[in-house]
Amino acid sequence: MIINGVQIDETFAEAFNMRGTRVIITAQNLKWAYHAANAMTGFATSVIGCGVEAGIECEMTEDETPDGRPGVSILMFAMGSKVLMQQLETRMGQCILTCPTAAAFSGIDSDEKINLGKNLRFFGDGYQTSKLISTKRYWRVPVMDGEFLCEETTGMVRAIGGGNFLILATSQPAALAAAEAAISAMKKIPNVIMPFPGGVVRSGSKVGSKYKTMFASTNDAFCPTLKGATNTELSPEIESVMEIVIDGIGFDDIAESMRVGIQAICDLGKASGVKRISAGNYGGKLGPHHFKLHEIMGSHKL
Amino acid sequence: MTQLTFTPKQPLMHSLDCSQLTPDLLKGLNISQIGSISLQHQRVSDLFEMTGDDTENIVFKNSSPFYDNVGKNMSLGSITLEGDAGSYLGFGLKNASIHCKGSTQAFAACNMVSGLLRIDGNTGDFLGGASSGLRKGMRGGTVIVKGNAGDRVGDQMRRGLILIEGNVGDYCASRMIAGTIGVLGDVGKYACFNMKRGTLLLTKRPKLHITIQDCGSHTLPFLSLLFKSFKPFNTQFSNIETKRVQRFVGDAACSGNGEILLISHSP
Repeated sequence: MIINGVQIDETFAEAFNMRGTRVIITAQNLKWAYHAANAMTGFATSVIGCGVEAGIECEMTEDETPDGRPGVSILMFAMGSKVLMQQLETRMGQCILTCPTAAAFSGIDSDEKINLGKNLRFFGDGYQTSKLISTKRYWRVPVMDGEFLCEETTGMVRAIGGGNFLILATSQPAALAAAEAAISAMKKIPNVIMPFPGGVVRSGSKVGSKYKTMFASTNDAFCPTLKGATNTELSPEIESVMEIVIDGIGFDDIAESMRVGIQAICDLGKASGVKRISAGNYGGKLGPHHFKLHEIMGSHKL
Repeated sequence: MTQLTFTPKQPLMHSLDCSQLTPDLLKGLNISQIGSISLQHQRVSDLFEMTGDDTENIVFKNSSPFYDNVGKNMSLGSITLEGDAGSYLGFGLKNASIHCKGSTQAFAACNMVSGLLRIDGNTGDFLGGASSGLRKGMRGGTVIVKGNAGDRVGDQMRRGLILIEGNVGDYCASRMIAGTIGVLGDVGKYACFNMKRGTLLLTKRPKLHITIQDCGSHTLPFLSLLFKSFKPFNTQFSNIETKRVQRFVGDAACSGNGEILLISHSP
């Protein structure tokens, strides 16, 4: 398949089951909501080393947040519920409780609940107060700037992590510019995050390594400087590859974000230096969710 | 189906236990079966004219302060009193609604668990309190009073919301365990006596005893959530917009951590 001069490989991205949650962070203004959210989603690029993958989903206006202040929505994903609960509580305690004027609320309804402020309340040392408003319980914890307000729990849902595509370009600046264009378009899609720095990964990995202690290592087949030394996937003119990884609440959310991202790159045209779009997989044996590039982009064939 | 309506054949001269006339207990009964129910040795059909067949929506026309225990332990449907009610209106009310268009006697919303109780007139003592021998009063739900309330509002209240647009008597929020009480009018003496936790939301500062401590004026973010939750109810509390309050904490006499939030009128 070729779209606007960019080749779309006949391959698929292989993704895995995860557990996900959403938290709404509000503050006195958007600046402090971002300070809190950036801290909470920091060091959360990959479950391999961070425990969770997290990112800011979108900004929220005063009309959209529970307490009528500006805020942001955060999505957080982990391989299991236990890790997700542990990471959420730790990050809430160190990043939201500590951030001036920040408050936290559940952003998703589910029968499965995980703690948001349920245990953080003990920081109040007996002076904490609970309020059951409608059907939701909130905790008010006295802190030095006033009160820290936090909903007791948030919902936990089944989710998907590891949707991805690869951008193959003739230069590093061209690959990065295309990735930025894709991320800009993908950020408008709800229910998904791109957890890596700026949404882009330069160090895509393969499973296993020649070293016993490593269970993932560089994806040498897509490393341009190894074209002559390995079983490369790259043609001679490819000089740089960037990957975009997507986690989302549902299959369709991830597929739609991949579609708009790839389309944004294709819209740049052949002259941008992007030659191919591919995707990472493990032969279909590990992840149950397969995002087939041709099916996703099918309606846009030229 | 039309609502089941009870109209007294003649004015009552004594109190009447109406606890058997709830949607729960009348469900599936026809008019003749309902008429044969005995209320204090008198048949319902001897006391009331009955019309309608919808047992989930019951109306008491021309009701009086002799109607005790209306809506007792009711868990479905609605009851409307087009007049006054006696004691224990909405006793143990759960997931249902009662609307009294007149005034009530004492112990309204006693032991209430959930649901909505609206009183357009005044109510007596121990609104939302506990019944004799129990150590926990109202455990949930919402009570809206358009008029005044008597003494001991929310005595030993455990959870829920009481909003009173008029005045309240003495010992408001006494022995309160948790929950929220709002009063727009004047509050009597000894407010929050032996209060453990919970919130008393006021617009006028009452005379407070020495064991209620002033913690200063603050802007509390949670108030926007609280005030937003008032919006579905037809009450003047929905008009409150400020989040600026003066906070008092007590009752220190029992190491209590309850609070009085005095709404600030200045911008």
